[in-house]
Amino acid sequence: MQSIAKIVSLITLGLVALPCLLYFAGAIGIDAVKWTALAGTIGWFLSTPVWMSRKLSIDADEVEI
Amino acid sequence: MSEETSNSGGEFEREPVPDSALLGNGKFWGMYAGEHAAGTEFMIGPLFLAAGASLSDLLLGLLLGNLLAVVTWRFLVVPIAMAKRLTLYYQLERIAGGGLVKFYNVVNGLLFCFLAGAMVTVSASAVGVPFGIAFDVPSNFFGLSNPSFTALVAVVGVVIAIVAAGGYERVARVANIAAPWMIAVFAACGIVSLAQMEANSVAALTEGEFWSGAIATVQAHNGEQSFGFWQIVVFAWLCNGAMHFGMADLSIFRFARSKAAGWAPAIGMFLGHYMAWIAAALLLAALLKLQPSLAIMPVPEGDEDVGLPGTVVANPGQLAFHSLGWAGILCVVIAGWTTANPTIYRAGLAFQGVLPSRSRAAMTMVAGAIATIAGAFPNLSAQLLGFVGTYGTVLGPMGAVIFVDFYLMKTFGMQDEYADRSGARANIAVLIAWLLPVAVGLYLIFQQGLFAAYAVIPCWITCGVLYLVLSRLTQKASHRSEVNR
Repeated sequence: MQSIAKIVSLITLGLVALPCLLYFAGAIGIDAVKWTALAGTIGWFLSTPVWMSRKLSIDADEVEI
Repeated sequence: MSEETSNSGGEFEREPVPDSALLGNGKFWGMYAGEHAAGTEFMIGPLFLAAGASLSDLLLGLLLGNLLAVVTWRFLVVPIAMAKRLTLYYQLERIAGGGLVKFYNVVNGLLFCFLAGAMVTVSASAVGVPFGIAFDVPSNFFGLSNPSFTALVAVVGVVIAIVAAGGYERVARVANIAAPWMIAVFAACGIVSLAQMEANSVAALTEGEFWSGAIATVQAHNGEQSFGFWQIVVFAWLCNGAMHFGMADLSIFRFARSKAAGWAPAIGMFLGHYMAWIAAALLLAALLKLQPSLAIMPVPEGDEDVGLPGTVVANPGQLAFHSLGWAGILCVVIAGWTTANPTIYRAGLAFQGVLPSRSRAAMTMVAGAIATIAGAFPNLSAQLLGFVGTYGTVLGPMGAVIFVDFYLMKTFGMQDEYADRSGARANIAVLIAWLLPVAVGLYLIFQQGLFAAYAVIPCWITCGVLYLVLSRLTQKASHRSEVNR
């Protein structure tokens, strides 16, 4: 189950990061980029909590800028 | 987890980290990879463009500034962290006394509230996009935005404060999960913006017209401004001054097994303070080129136009929406929320340290209220470059006290960790050494208009020297003789 979730996370992260390169290259339109990024975002937040249950980092309550 | 132990990392709060708990370098690289890509990046990046920084200055200045920051972590923080293996707060308590640490913590908490306020503004700017609520920045520093946006800030602030009052763990987990996605969204925003500006050829990228054209538009509306190479270098180096010069990251590196762990902040710096800042700046450039009406707001009532009608305002929600649609909006909301939440949580803990009879939840709500009020003044987020420098100026010098105490006190025949040895609640030498340069620094920033980041290192050095001199005057001879024996 966890390995499937990891693969889904990887694919969904790709949906966020890769279509913009196709848009940059002129292969797809901006609307396709926006909708795939949204689909990737939803998929990422559904699949990643299944496997990313790592221990909180030692500075999890620290403030970052 | 008790309130006490939750304050600074949870474990080994008042004892050196044992060898069995040390962590390998990989853990630090993994940890820092998700750091520094936060809600602030959506504000800071566009501010560089709005301030008139040239593209070459930005690319090279950020490179050098971030390198200097990494070197500072590696050679200033890590050696002390590994030698002492104590948290910043416990080290300060031993040097400055428990009472003074509480005062320092409250100052820290108040600054956190203002930082959280800026993040509430950032989140509200994104939430407002689907509702068509405009985000305008008044010229008066203490002016409010339009009533709809102010009401939205109140709603967002209350929600964030309530979640923070429930503890930081859940939010920290969301932040953990969101970090890789957020970095991907930042990168995507930058690439989309370049393509939107038709800067998708080597010639267009090297020519840089997409950037210089945007600066020309900003300056035509907002007036001439400049943000030079060294200003960028110093800002990038010192915007996290509280963490490296101020030694806040002692709490992290006390777990380091090897000094090489000190290079790990590089990944956070170059993802968050290089790629993300540049990507966020490109968002504003793209919006100015394609839909300037969304970035140029009418000047507030009572003000006059400096140049062309209107003023350029960086609205993070609008910028991200224009580039990546709803995924961009979600990124701004989550980035702002995951930054504001732990900030309010820690501020609540700091306030509770002064009023221990009050519950942490109540103190977190107080911190949330301060942050929400601060967030209602959009100039706070619009002035984030200055605020972050001020933050380093106020908190950074305490790192000089730790540096001098560790390296120089015994060399000059004085007692280190004096408050612990003398039983003092407040080491007067630390108090004066800290407040005096900070007061002068704040005067220069707010009254003389000094760029805030420029004050960090002079204040740090002055604080260290003053601490050494004042310790010579205030340490009792009996304590000093113990060292010389």
